[in-house]
Parts: sequence; structure tokens; C-alpha cells
Amino acid sequence: MILRLLQRLVVLVTSLVVASLVVFGFMRVLPGDPARVALGVNASDAAVAQLREQFGLDRPVPVQYLDWVGGLLTLDPGIEFVSRAAIGPQIADRLQVTLWLVVASMVLALVIALPVGLWMAVRHRHWDGVVLSALSQVGVAVPAFLAGIVLISVFAVRLRWVPSGGWVVPAQDPVGFLQRLALPTLSLALVQAAVLARYIRSAVLDVLREDYLRTARAKGLRPVQALVRHGLRNAAVPVVTVLGLQLATLLIGAVVIERVFVIPGLGSLLLDSVAKRELLTVQAVVMVLVVAVLVINFVVDLLYLVIDPRLRTGAR
Amino acid sequence: MTTPGRVVATDGPAGPGGPVGAGRTVLRVDGLSVGTRQTPLLSDVSFSVDRGERVGLIGESGSGKSLTALAVMGLLPEGLGASGDVRLSARTPAARNLLGVGEREMARVRGDGMSMVFQEPMTALNPTMRVGDQVAEVMLLHRTQPSRSAARRRVVELLGQVDLPDPAHLARSYPHELSGGQRQRVVLAIALANDPALLICDEPTTALDVTVQATVLDLVVRGVEERDSAMLFITHDLGVVATVCERVLVMYGGRIVEAGPVQEVFADPRHRYTQGLVAASDLAGADGRRGRAQLPTIPGTVPPAGRFPSGCVFRTRCTHATQACASQPPWTPRGKHPAGAAAYGHACVHPAGGDDD
Repeated sequence: MILRLLQRLVVLVTSLVVASLVVFGFMRVLPGDPARVALGVNASDAAVAQLREQFGLDRPVPVQYLDWVGGLLTLDPGIEFVSRAAIGPQIADRLQVTLWLVVASMVLALVIALPVGLWMAVRHRHWDGVVLSALSQVGVAVPAFLAGIVLISVFAVRLRWVPSGGWVVPAQDPVGFLQRLALPTLSLALVQAAVLARYIRSAVLDVLREDYLRTARAKGLRPVQALVRHGLRNAAVPVVTVLGLQLATLLIGAVVIERVFVIPGLGSLLLDSVAKRELLTVQAVVMVLVVAVLVINFVVDLLYLVIDPRLRTGAR
Repeated sequence: MTTPGRVVATDGPAGPGGPVGAGRTVLRVDGLSVGTRQTPLLSDVSFSVDRGERVGLIGESGSGKSLTALAVMGLLPEGLGASGDVRLSARTPAARNLLGVGEREMARVRGDGMSMVFQEPMTALNPTMRVGDQVAEVMLLHRTQPSRSAARRRVVELLGQVDLPDPAHLARSYPHELSGGQRQRVVLAIALANDPALLICDEPTTALDVTVQATVLDLVVRGVEERDSAMLFITHDLGVVATVCERVLVMYGGRIVEAGPVQEVFADPRHRYTQGLVAASDLAGADGRRGRAQLPTIPGTVPPAGRFPSGCVFRTRCTHATQACASQPPWTPRGKHPAGAAAYGHACVHPAGGDDD
């Protein structure tokens, strides 16, 4: 068990190092000098040289890399080229917004998908199970931004129940916050829930065919009892895998929904920084997303070990 | 075991052996038929098992042995229906026709009044639950142990009774840490935990190494003997039936074609199917076979479900079949048997053991 844990930790750290190299390297191999790119073509050579010196861009690349990593580790990725605004606080602000959106959609998706998926599996031979299954198929095919646009046109434009977009801080205006959170969350959650429910359905169907479920019935457990006590934990492994993937997809996919609902999240910051050619900000945001995805994968790996004792011991 | 007040009401066919509860009969099956809406899979299956009695159910794969067991347990797969009369004289509930009992009540009988050991030990246990907890669950579920700690102590005893080494430690392991034989012992411990009146074993040793088979068989027999439980033992291994059981039911095409005491049926089979089975097995032992002589086989294969012929189900593979076999052969009792006429006899128009052979 300890060995497995260490193994996963080594994998996590290695991937983080590799990811940081890739992100840093990728930004540097892009044609053009970052300082020149940031200042624009009309800037004087002197101004560019000054910026390069200020930001240490004239130092050897390995030194720059170590400096950058050091900044990340101390949670201080530096300041922007032009506005001179600190990057760290910007990311923290935007990350909060995105996290609200991602966590709320994931929780909502799970709350919808769990009962629906179970129902589809248990009733897969009955008309209601088949209808739900067909509906979830349709849900899988709908892109989140389309769901967002439809939701806006119905609930914001026609019914005027909620604003069509924007953002307020929850501490300032809790009701307004929830109103603005509702539609983007729903548009992300509905699609995710459809996908998740299908995975839950197939995982539970697999488990229902297992011999140990028949043993459980032979012990005197009623079908639903047997499924809950002996089936769900075994069905959880494939579902957790999908949950991890979905969380990562949400984090990155939120960019589109943030655009649709004019939400100042991490995705918007990324797009804005690209437009402003703020290389350091882009680098930092991308790195934050990469770290988040890697940590999610790490947690998923740990959950496997918690769920299935077979994965804890011995070689695969 | 049964008090006079719980003797079965006479609301169904009592059968030739008398009603359940009147004597030592634990399980009585009368006219059991199972099938989908279009396809019959079991037809008119009748037998009984007494307290302390061990009855074998034999036949080739696809003859309906497991289906019979699942119908008795009320665990038929979705889409299959059962009709007929199945009565269990056990602690719960009073001997009613189990086929008409609801799922909630049926669940109360399973694992308590009757339990079952399945064929495949490698997949029969929940891989994510400690084996001790899986044994304890059946006792806590039926409240045969007052507390979790009492159940846990009993688990260690039960695991010791099935000869598992270091049961206290083993109770804390997960199924994947045990061998197939050890897992089957755990399954057996679960089945015996509540001292069932009836134990059904569906090929419990088929999936095990030959070296482990005898030990597990021994434990099964010891377990039911200690509890004076009735046992229905399903196998295709005639040798196992000969060592374990007193009585045997021969099944083919979803029907019982012959029944009787093991010695008589195997030494002197009447139904042509039984005759073929006995000839194809090596019951006679090594000295029974001379040199490299081939074992005789039954010609043809078992038809797929629902494709058995009308009349005698065996007639398409039987060398003795005539026009007379096209109608269902009547049950021919063969001598007296305390368990009734259905317990000793055959359904064959041209039985073996006559003067012609």
C-alpha cells in the first residue's frame, strides 16, 4: 500500500516537472522575442532591450526556467510586461470564479447522474429505463455552449428569471451570485450528467451480472440491497475514472462557457492574455491548469486504491 | 423441527410422500415447470429431500439441473417464470408454496432456511469486502447473532470448521488473497452459517483442482451431517454422487427421467439415458476397463433449450427409441421407497434391465 502510494507520488512529481518543461519550452520556441511580441512591432529597439533586461530575458534559458519554476513554487509568477500588474493575484481571483463554476457543475452532474444512471441500469429491460437511456444519448450529443445559449434564450431572455451573464462575488450579493451561477452551471452539468449517467449505467449493468451479486441474493439480500451493499463499490472504479476525466474537461472546457456567459474566470484571463501577448501570464495560467489536471489524476489514482483492495497489493 | 401447529395446510397437491412437515421432509417440489413465455425449460419436476438426506441431481450440461436449484431458491434470471409447488419445511415461513411468496418473504428464507453453494468460487465473493464481513453479513442479516462482535466471533469458528488455517487472520483478508479452494470454503461457511434446513450445492467442486475437490466435498458432507440438514447436490460427476449421496435424480431435457437409491440406479439403470451416463462414466474404475478400450459415449449432443423433442425427451439420441416414445412415457415406479413413488422409478418405454439386454 505504502509502496503503491509512493509510486503514484513519483509519477505525479515527474509529470509536473515534465509538464513545466513543456509549457516553458513551448512558449520559448514560439517565433519572436517575447519582449518584442509584448511591446508590438512599433516599439523601439531600446525599449525592447530595456524590457528584456528588466525581465531577465537576456539570461541563459536554463536560468530563466529555474527562475520561473522558483516563482511558481513560491506562488509568485511575477508581473505582466506592459501593465506591470502582479500575475499571482489575478490568477487567484479568476481561479476562484472558475472553481465555483466547475465544482458546482460537477456536484450537480453527479446528483443528477447517480440516480438516473442507477435507474437506467436497474430498469434496462423496462420502457422507462429505455426512454431515459435514449434521452441521455441525446444529452451526450449536445455541446455545452449550445445548451448555454438555449438556456439563456429561455430563462434569461424569454422568462427573465435570471440575468443572461456576468458575475458578482458571493460575499457581496449572495442572491445575485446564485442567479448568475445557475445557468452556466446548468449548461455544463446537464451535458456532463448525461455522459456520467451512461457510464454509471454500464458500470452497474456489469456489476449486476457478477456472481457475487447472486451470492448476495442467496444470502437473503433483496435485489436493491444487494446492489447497494455489494454492487456500488465495485461499480465505482470505472465511474471514478470518468469523474476525473470530466473534472479535467470541465476545468478546461469552462473557457467556452465563460465566454458565453461573460464570466471573468480563468479561461477568460487566458484568452485575454493571449490577445494582449502577455507571455508570462499565459504561461502561468496554462501551468495552473496542467497542475490541476495532474492533481485530479493523482487523486483518482488514490481513490482506486481506496476502492479496490486488489489494486493495493502485488504486481499488476 | 416442525411443531404440529405448523404442519402444512392442505391447500395444494400433497404428493405421494405426504405433506411437508408431517415427517422428515424438508423440501418438496411438485410439478415444477420453468420457462419463458414461448420456451419450456423445466417440465413437471417432482422430488423431495428429507432431513439429513443427501440427494444428487445429475445430467449433462443443459439438462436443467441448475435451473431447478435456482427455481427452488427463487433466483431465476429475469424473464423466466416458474409454476408448480415448492415447499420448504424450515423455521421461516411456515411451509407455503414458495413460488407464490413475495420477494421480501423469499429473501427471509434465503441464507437462513435454505442456502446455496455455487460452482465458481473465484467470482462468488465480493472482491471489495473482507471475507469475514461477508460471512458475518448473513448472520446479521437474519439476526442469528445478537451483535456485530458476536457475529465476528462466530465467523472465526465457522472458518475454523471448514478447516481454514488461522481463521482469525483469514477473516480479515480479501477474496483475492485466497486460493480457489479457500474461497469455496468461505462460500460454504456462508451457506452453513445459519444452520440451514436445506443446502443446495451446484457443482461446488467442479472448478477446483482435483487435489482440493475431495477435501471440499468432505467438508460439505461434514457440514450438513453436523446440522442434520437436507442437501440437494448438483453435479455431472457420477463418482461424486456415488460417494456423497444416498439418492439420485437423473435429469435430461428439463425432466427427471429416473430416480432412486444411488446403488440401484448406478448398478442397474433402467432409463436409457441413465444407462448411457453410467456407461460413459468411469464408475467401474480402472479395472473395469480393459486395456485401451474407449469409453462408450451417448451419441449426439444435448439440444439447445426448447429444442427437445416431444414425448420422451431423450428419443432423438436413443438407440432404442420407437414410435411409442413419441408420447410422454409415464412414470414407472420401481419398488417401494419411503420418499414415495417419485423417488424410485423411471420414465422409459423401453427400459434397460429387461430380458432383451
